[in-house]
Amino acid sequence: MFQSLQQRRWLLVCLWVLIVAAIVAAPAILPVFRLNLLGRFLSLAIVALGIDLIWGFTGLLSLGQGIFFALGGYAAAMYLQLSNAGDLPNGIPEFFGLYGVKELPFFWHPFASPWFTLVAIWLIPGVLAGVLGGLVFRNRIKGVYFSILTQAALLVFYNFFNGQQKLINGTNGLQTPATKLFDQYVGSDLMQRWFFWVTAVVVILIWALLRWVVRGRFGDVLIAIRDDEPRLRFAGYNPTLFKTLVFGLAGALAGIGGALYTVQSGSASPQFMEVPMSIDMVIWVAVGGRGTLVGAILGAVVINFAKSLVSEALPESWLFIQGGLFILVVTALPEGVIGWFRGEGPGNWLNRLGYCLNTLGNWLIRWGNALIRQSTAFPWLNYLGINTLGNWLIGCGHALNSVGIVRRIGTYPRLELEGQVEVQP
Amino acid sequence: MSSALLELRQITVSFDGFLALRDLNLSLQPGELRAVIGPNGAGKTTFLDVITGKTAPTDGDVVFKGRSLLGRPEHRIARLGIGRKFQSPRVFEKLSVQENLALAVSRPKQPWSLLFQRLTAGQRDQVHHLMSIVNLQNRADWAAGSLSHGQKQWLEIAMLVGQDPDLLLVDEPVAGLTDEETDLTADLLKSLAGDHTVLVIEHDMEFIRRLESPVTVLHQGHVLCEGTMDQVQVDPRVIEVYLGTTEEENG
Repeated sequence: MFQSLQQRRWLLVCLWVLIVAAIVAAPAILPVFRLNLLGRFLSLAIVALGIDLIWGFTGLLSLGQGIFFALGGYAAAMYLQLSNAGDLPNGIPEFFGLYGVKELPFFWHPFASPWFTLVAIWLIPGVLAGVLGGLVFRNRIKGVYFSILTQAALLVFYNFFNGQQKLINGTNGLQTPATKLFDQYVGSDLMQRWFFWVTAVVVILIWALLRWVVRGRFGDVLIAIRDDEPRLRFAGYNPTLFKTLVFGLAGALAGIGGALYTVQSGSASPQFMEVPMSIDMVIWVAVGGRGTLVGAILGAVVINFAKSLVSEALPESWLFIQGGLFILVVTALPEGVIGWFRGEGPGNWLNRLGYCLNTLGNWLIRWGNALIRQSTAFPWLNYLGINTLGNWLIGCGHALNSVGIVRRIGTYPRLELEGQVEVQP
Repeated sequence: MSSALLELRQITVSFDGFLALRDLNLSLQPGELRAVIGPNGAGKTTFLDVITGKTAPTDGDVVFKGRSLLGRPEHRIARLGIGRKFQSPRVFEKLSVQENLALAVSRPKQPWSLLFQRLTAGQRDQVHHLMSIVNLQNRADWAAGSLSHGQKQWLEIAMLVGQDPDLLLVDEPVAGLTDEETDLTADLLKSLAGDHTVLVIEHDMEFIRRLESPVTVLHQGHVLCEGTMDQVQVDPRVIEVYLGTTEEENG
């Protein structure tokens, strides 16, 4: 027991060393274009972690995370636009000139401060999510109705942002690559490399935070809300409070993801709030594994990489692949890929494999026996080595057979417990 | 009567004109064990819904420890000291036995205390004690969903006790249990009475007899009569509405 624990610890240490090495070395290995993509997908993984918290653990399926993602992105982009506006006519960002705006709209002013912006990136989306969520949860709106409401809210925000040319440049959004941060162009390779590193570290920090959140009794309450919310009320818990808190937290995470995505993709625009984008976010989590934090990260990164690779090779085909993937997950892997691995999936497969080996072994034994029987009937066959062949086949058969049996027993760790004597009260 | 722990005063519940409860009066003394029986549709479960705040009465008042419960949300009523066990066992199936009980004994039940504080030593002892009462020590780390029906019933009762309520409302605790398990459950409830006030709703006559407690008979949302099991059983009104039909059903 102790030894296996030590082994596990070693494996974990090795894994972490690998992860850190990969992050440090990625800029040296990956071409600039791919590194930038990886950085963007890691920002999306932050959003996915938030969705996993509210959907995978708490059972709240939000189809409107794009709102909070976009808010974080806009906050970052507004700061970058302002930080460079000093050199421009009127001292305000260039696009305002297109619409004849001479004065900076009032809500832009605080974004001149980097500290305010750093807080606003997560606080504004977080508070908005908390308020919207709280109103909905207070009225005990659940399930599909909640999902529809979030999507409706998404459309409201999308249309609003699209129409506000004079405030936030409408459909065009706010561009960042030509702005400067620490005297460097945000679009430069150097800055992009740093953004990648920052994103990777933030993903790890948020993963650790959420792991702490879901591992303790707080996480147990979330799971209890997902599985039987009315029952939890009668145990003296107020589910509304917990749901509001985690929905706010998920909104804040979406905001952080949005800000990091914006600086790496080069713009914050209303496209962040298109309906398919928010549904994609849910699919990453579903495929990776609801209720497993690693699943959310891997889902976001791997699916997006697959998307960009497939789109390069076979344009237009990605939507079909993604649809197929979703159908596969819904029908065959309801717990997602990671969930399947953690659950009984591999055990079932090993069990089946064991069964096949078992059967194959039995066949070999039977053939070997048949050959030996033949060779006793016709002794001249022995000269051809049939007897030896038969014995060898039997040997192989027994070996396979026993491997199969061991494999099958090994997949039932609970058998031992089942046999325990039960003491009745 | 003023010392009653729980008092229902002329409760009426109307679902679109259908009277699930009408002018229901009932009071429970501290430490009492009370059984409530009644034919199907007598309003037994609605009556629990009213006490626990799931259903608001159309008329009347529910008074617990001298305070009206009307208009309070379920979780506040639960925190005042009313615990409820549901008809079919409702435990959190994905959580382990231990985690289920930990949620029951946790106090205060606020997000920040759950995040930043660990279970106290006393609470951990309580969890172990509860597991030993219902004989689930060997199952501490099992998912509650993998327990047998009877074990789930017991786990839910243990969770109820872990909440440390003054009043336990127990809805059909022996539905689907074996005879042996039924007897054990009766003993368990009897041992809880005294420290707690226990109200049991049940169909099973033998079980009610074993509780040796006063019985209240509900019929069409109204208290038909109260008394010991023997008194109730010979009451002609009860025979007419309840026991008669039961015998027919059983026959």
